[in-house]
Amino acid sequence: MCLSQIKRGECVRVLRIDSDVIRAQLIRLGICEGSCLTCQERIPFGPFMVRHNRQEIAIGREIANCISVAREVAA
Amino acid sequence: MSSECSCHGRCATPEPPSVTGRKIVLSGNPNVGKSVFFGVLTGIYNEVSNYPGTTVEISRGRYRDDLVMDTPGIYGVASFNDEERVARDIILDADIIVNVVDGMHLERDLFLTQQLIDMGKPIVVALNFMDEVEKSDIRLDIGKLSEMLGVTVVPTTAIRRKGLQEVMEAIDHARPGRQDPELVRLLFPSMQEHTGSQAEGLMVMEGDEAVAERLGVRPGKDRERFYLERRNRVNNLTRSVITELKTRPRLSRFLGRAAVNPVTGIPVMGFMLWLMYQVIGVWVAGDIVGFTEETVMQGRYEPWVRKLLAGVVPADSFLDQILTGEFGMLTMTITYLAGLLLPLVLGFYLFLAVLEDSGYLPRLATLVDRVMTFFGLNGRAVIPIILGFGCVQLGTITTRLLGTNREKSIATAILNFTVPCSAQIGVIAGMLAAVGGGLAPLYVAVIFTVLAVLGTVLNKALPGKSSALLIDLPPMRLPRLDNVVRKTLTRSWYFMREATPWFLLGSFIVATLQATGGLQNWQKALTPFTEGWLQIPPEAATAFVMGLVRRDFGAAGLTELAMSPSQVVVSLVVITLFVPCIASLMILFKERGPREATVVWAGSWLVAFLVGGILSQAII
Repeated sequence: MCLSQIKRGECVRVLRIDSDVIRAQLIRLGICEGSCLTCQERIPFGPFMVRHNRQEIAIGREIANCISVAREVAA
Repeated sequence: MSSECSCHGRCATPEPPSVTGRKIVLSGNPNVGKSVFFGVLTGIYNEVSNYPGTTVEISRGRYRDDLVMDTPGIYGVASFNDEERVARDIILDADIIVNVVDGMHLERDLFLTQQLIDMGKPIVVALNFMDEVEKSDIRLDIGKLSEMLGVTVVPTTAIRRKGLQEVMEAIDHARPGRQDPELVRLLFPSMQEHTGSQAEGLMVMEGDEAVAERLGVRPGKDRERFYLERRNRVNNLTRSVITELKTRPRLSRFLGRAAVNPVTGIPVMGFMLWLMYQVIGVWVAGDIVGFTEETVMQGRYEPWVRKLLAGVVPADSFLDQILTGEFGMLTMTITYLAGLLLPLVLGFYLFLAVLEDSGYLPRLATLVDRVMTFFGLNGRAVIPIILGFGCVQLGTITTRLLGTNREKSIATAILNFTVPCSAQIGVIAGMLAAVGGGLAPLYVAVIFTVLAVLGTVLNKALPGKSSALLIDLPPMRLPRLDNVVRKTLTRSWYFMREATPWFLLGSFIVATLQATGGLQNWQKALTPFTEGWLQIPPEAATAFVMGLVRRDFGAAGLTELAMSPSQVVVSLVVITLFVPCIASLMILFKERGPREATVVWAGSWLVAFLVGGILSQAII
């Protein structure tokens, strides 16, 4: 599944990021393949607010669509 | 292309103080408090902000014999947007780097730190927001961090001036940090081949096309490998220096989420806009401006300056018209700047500072992102649009913070075509209230339709692709009064300094036209349009001519006319969509270049008369 299918409160692990530029930008923010993200809030048809460790990040839907993730059991 | 034109405006303006010493460059992620360090080092207050990427202009100053430069907040040295390109070039040129790091976000911030170390530059790390770290649920081992990075790490709380002295002392002992030996091994051969600088070598290997082109080599393809390897090092590092105490959800996190969730976020946004309208639209634009413009400037200042010149300049001479006539440079222009524009600009920048420092703006950007994507913008564009309601010039200047040239063009067009400024809103609201309830929604609906159509058309028509939203959300914080006040004053000062000469030039042109009779001819030429096509009194042409100079002048000119309610709505629609005022036009030329500015200006004539005419044919 991709990040845009995430539900609020769900934890996911990043499997693949399908864009070189976005991958590089996310690595700098701390997110890479293997990172765990928690969905804090999803805005209908809009961006996703995820938390990665102590950092909150807003990710536009277009970007979320190119991030493949797998569900994790919430810690 | 975008980098060229916007960089031109930025890099060309500040004149570098002639310095024989070293170049000290401040670098860090957005919102880490770099600007406070800059202020303390150089003695000039810059600004501190909470909206990612506000420091779009480069500040230069002097510390002892050294040149100090502030750079835009970046997450790494590369060229993903204009700000990064600017920062990259300044960093490549630096002798010493002061890297400001947010103690609460080590994992994110140390990526840049490690990259700067990999570039081989001597650096000092200022570990900022230590007060927040102490109150939070984490503890940092600063000694270990310093040892692992191989550079001096100074704990600071810049806003309370803690640790700044130590940072200044550390600058003289800045040294290159611990580089990854494997990386140096890879870097060395390529470095020897084409450049003497390790920093440039790293940029080339990380695939930076501009740097590669400058050196005449091909950009490397290993960016991702370098990035991932660096990310791993940073993750290991943070794991060994951070101790987590027990976590508990904080109030600020709850508030932060409430601002983004549409169910709570939309009422919060509505309340914020209402409050802004009450304070700026009603109180400042009404009561304060009523006092400053009418009582102080027109009541005291203008008679005084006229009297002063009466003995020197012959009455009704050409010079008299230019200086103290209807559009006089010493009368109308100064009254407008000091009596009207200054209070409004102060009011808007005060709101902006509070919203920024509280951490609300990036959340608002997240909330409205979806709506903005219809117009080829992302959520960040909400900032210039909101400021545009204060003053279109303010909004146009702020479009600098948008990611691509395409987005800047779209936002500028929306601002200059459809957004009425606060001075105009006051007059319009009064006239709509006078004609009764039914027609005000019609006016609002027409303007919003034009905005939506314009945004959608531009999004389809302009080539290229806009950037999607990707921003980090800083924690919600209570703004500090001194910081808010200083920021408001600094920005208002810079804004007035930028706008004043252009406005003087504009009024000089109009006053000359009036003195030579050009204005009257223009009025006559416009008459067939008003009477025939728009079906409003021919005198309205005068109001449109006034609207060329100042938008609220235009609207105010309409209040004098005897019109039916439908005619009032038609004329207000036309005056709202009409060309930006002289001062905005000047800023438009400066920011977007003559070609785009001309298209926007000529386009507003067309759109205003076209939409007004269609509406007139439908309702009158």
